[in-house]
Amino acid sequence: MAAEIAAEAANQAIQVASSNVIAGLTIAIGGIGPAIAIGLIVSKALESIGRNPEASSKIQTVMILGVAFAEAIAIYSLVVALILKFV
Amino acid sequence: MTELHISISAQPIFTLGGFEFTNSMLVSLIVSFILILVGYRFSKLIKRRKKTGFVLFIQTILESLYEFVSSITPHQAGKFFPLIASIFLFVLLSNWAGLLPGAETIGLLKDGYHIPLFRGGTADLNSTLGIALFAVFMIQVEGYRSLGAKYFKKFFDLSNPMNLFVSFLELISEISKIMSFAFRLFGNIFAGEVLLAVIAFLFPLFLPLPFIGMEIFVGFIQALVFATLTLVFINIATTSHH
Repeated sequence: MAAEIAAEAANQAIQVASSNVIAGLTIAIGGIGPAIAIGLIVSKALESIGRNPEASSKIQTVMILGVAFAEAIAIYSLVVALILKFV
Repeated sequence: MTELHISISAQPIFTLGGFEFTNSMLVSLIVSFILILVGYRFSKLIKRRKKTGFVLFIQTILESLYEFVSSITPHQAGKFFPLIASIFLFVLLSNWAGLLPGAETIGLLKDGYHIPLFRGGTADLNSTLGIALFAVFMIQVEGYRSLGAKYFKKFFDLSNPMNLFVSFLELISEISKIMSFAFRLFGNIFAGEVLLAVIAFLFPLFLPLPFIGMEIFVGFIQALVFATLTLVFINIATTSHH
């Protein structure tokens, strides 16, 4: 009887611990792609500003737009991680 | 030691029948009233041609917004400026409302739980979904105003199977725009609130300062991105293809 209660408690503890680890992994893996994407976008923007400094305000506007799209994916995975942790 | 309480959905302050009035709704209402009051006072002062500091300040904001809109749509800036400026100002003030002193701290105590009275207006997925639905609806309305009924041919092109497939994808992408707008804004602002709560919980003395600075910046950028994306999609929707 005591062994069953202890096994039940151990199961609960493992469940809570692993759900925390899964929430952390969600945002960790979900942030890799957008980070690389934002790095590529900004590096191309900087390159083209260096090549053509006159068009720099146009390039800046399009770059901010592109970064917002890429960052949205990271935000989706952050929202899923928050839901896993707090709901 | 006290616990950290973070709720992903906005907490209801009172209920009217089946309708729950949440703290984010309260802040959105207050932000709307402030914008209406400022607009009303500004139009009264402009009519009497008085140039006070307040009038010049509002004019500076409006002129820089107008320049920004005309940098993306040079010829039709006048048609789209009221919509884009309203979206930008409402989202900006709602984002910043969660950073004021009193947000998330002043609250009621309901059977042992602390329910804050004020929470950022856009930190609730319902509010951002509402603004996103409105923005995408206005994109369709502006497309119809510019191109007539031909605008809806974009979504139901029956000429050949390839066009049918592409137009179906366009329809799906319009719906995904709604979700993308809603979740981008909600995710940024809610994650900022969680970050500020955790930092204040860990070390409340001086450490929250750079994070509040970052949240001010993120709130401004997210409002700008929401308005810019709406304007770019309206631009795409109002250009005729052939």
